[in-house]
Amino acid sequence: MRNFNRRQFGLLLGASAMALSMPAYLRAQTKPRVVIIGGGAGGATAARYIAKDSEGAIDVTLIDASDQFTTCFFSNLYLGGFRTIESITHDWSRLEANNGIKKITGMAKAIDPSAKMVTMADGSTVPYDRLIVSPGIDIKYDSVPGYSAEAAEIAPHAWKAGPQTILLKSKLDALTDGQNIVMVAPPNPYRCPPGPYERISMMAHVLKSKGFTNSKIFVLDPKDKFSKQGLFAEGWENHYPGMVEWMGPDVHGGIKSVDVAAGKVETDLDTFEGALLNIIPAQQAGQIALDAGLADDKGFCPIDPASMRSAKDEAIFVIGDASIAGDMPKSGFSANSQAKIAAMNIRGDLTGAKVFPAKYSNTCWSLIATDDNVKVGGAYEPKDGKITAVSNFVSQTGEDAAMRKANFEESLGWYAGITSDMFG
Amino acid sequence: MRPRQPGRRSVMAGGRRSRALLVIALLFTCVSGALAEDDTGEALFKACATCHEIGEGAKHKVGPHLDGIVGRTAGTIDGFRFSEAMRKAGEKGLRWDAAALNAYLQKPREYIPGNRMSYRGMADAAQRGQLIEWLLARSAASPSQDVTRQVANLSGPSRSFADEVLKLEGDRELGEYLAGDCVTCHQQSGRADGIPSIVGVPRDYFVNAIFAYKTNVRNNEVMKLRVGNLTNEEIAALAAYFESLEPD
Repeated sequence: MRNFNRRQFGLLLGASAMALSMPAYLRAQTKPRVVIIGGGAGGATAARYIAKDSEGAIDVTLIDASDQFTTCFFSNLYLGGFRTIESITHDWSRLEANNGIKKITGMAKAIDPSAKMVTMADGSTVPYDRLIVSPGIDIKYDSVPGYSAEAAEIAPHAWKAGPQTILLKSKLDALTDGQNIVMVAPPNPYRCPPGPYERISMMAHVLKSKGFTNSKIFVLDPKDKFSKQGLFAEGWENHYPGMVEWMGPDVHGGIKSVDVAAGKVETDLDTFEGALLNIIPAQQAGQIALDAGLADDKGFCPIDPASMRSAKDEAIFVIGDASIAGDMPKSGFSANSQAKIAAMNIRGDLTGAKVFPAKYSNTCWSLIATDDNVKVGGAYEPKDGKITAVSNFVSQTGEDAAMRKANFEESLGWYAGITSDMFG
Repeated sequence: MRPRQPGRRSVMAGGRRSRALLVIALLFTCVSGALAEDDTGEALFKACATCHEIGEGAKHKVGPHLDGIVGRTAGTIDGFRFSEAMRKAGEKGLRWDAAALNAYLQKPREYIPGNRMSYRGMADAAQRGQLIEWLLARSAASPSQDVTRQVANLSGPSRSFADEVLKLEGDRELGEYLAGDCVTCHQQSGRADGIPSIVGVPRDYFVNAIFAYKTNVRNNEVMKLRVGNLTNEEIAALAAYFESLEPD
């Protein structure tokens, strides 16, 4: 393959030498242009794969508002003291240096599908032949009465990793024995289905390791069940007996309002007070996808399950948390998997590269306590008009400690793997 | 058998319980002898044997064969694709004497950062001593480069399935596409940080490993899921692709 690629590269060199003799305006159009909005697990992976596999035949531009990226996955391990924030923060410099990807640091503000143009917040424009929209989620603050972007500075959601995560960690670390935490969990569909419950585990771990076993974590959940529920329930009972109280809607009766200044969450059942409130509201696709008309009335973006191509626009692909990916959960692993399918189809569109039938995969590891890690995974294919699970597995209750520890070590390997798959 | 892990009481308790269960299971299959003495070099080597062969006719597997390991310069044996980190260590003059092996086996990833060996380390100094002594004795055997016998030792229920796949010529382009699913965890650079490298793995080893998952001989759930739906053509394609790669 290396030799074959070098030959291919030689042909391309010949082509670009010819291009150099042409006038600038023609030269500018010799390479098809792919623009990617969002540099996370979806966007960074897609950028890298298109650049790498097209060997310079496609011009790749990656737009992200930030010059650094903190992964949401493993941010709970930072809360629990198992990782530093630096160890989960990355940038795109290797993609620029090694893959020839152009990184624009700025906010993409609008998409003009008819002109095939992205407009930036500063008014500049970026033209494309194919566009990948991978903006992740936006928080629907008003889905929890009394909550807002301002209130999130007191009661962090921390459902986008970065300053919110650091704020939540500092508040968690400042608790004293006997002070309580109240979490409002999100309704479906949301980013990282086991995430709230891994977070509860990590918060309990921090409290317990300081001996603060008089503190409690109240979880007010709008759902009547959740991902890996039996595994988490068993883990909380084993590691943090009496510290976690989870309530579904049949118990609390509905979340009526939050008062972040007073540290109170009012439900039909009772008013819960906490020195720390972690409010995780409902979610929708990133605003730019909604503004461009790529989403349905529920706020996420329908796609062709065989390619991740937007159901609304042939030249646009939507991947990651913003997409409606059938049976796949919204996870970094899923976004990375979807990115590779989108990248292959875009190369098929623009350079005639071979397009193989789509196969997707996902695995989510969750840490419950030191060396106690559980996992869930699925394999997916386009079927019946959606991305459909063809097989699944999930960890079992009562597994031995050696297996759970091996899961944890595997998750560390996965983190190193996926971040190098994203950022080079 | 895994080497004894240091750790908290509950982990140890779980470990003992599982070890006891394993001993019972193995008594029924009449191979309990090796387990009675946990700390012999031979027993300890079982953790290594997943990836390394030693002794007459030993061949490269996921890791290089270990015949003649003591005294060998790191990263230099023919026919094995070492990581850049391991080659550089050798170029700087690292020789595998007992002291170097001792330091490496204690914390492989700290001793040679970026090397491909997927093993977290052996904490117990006495166990390391036992293992190194055993390696010393064994590595006096003459090195074997006999790659033609690479498949001959592999056995088990997957053997005949694997033979069928090995007759196929793998489509590397298909393999490269399918590999997208693998490299989320098994790094394309050949680095191993807790999940083994599969870059440059010999084709026959790769195919046999896939069938070991398909037939539940190996039981990692993530791997069983990933390989469960692979066709023979797809396995051959992946094997051809990964065999052709070299670590960065």
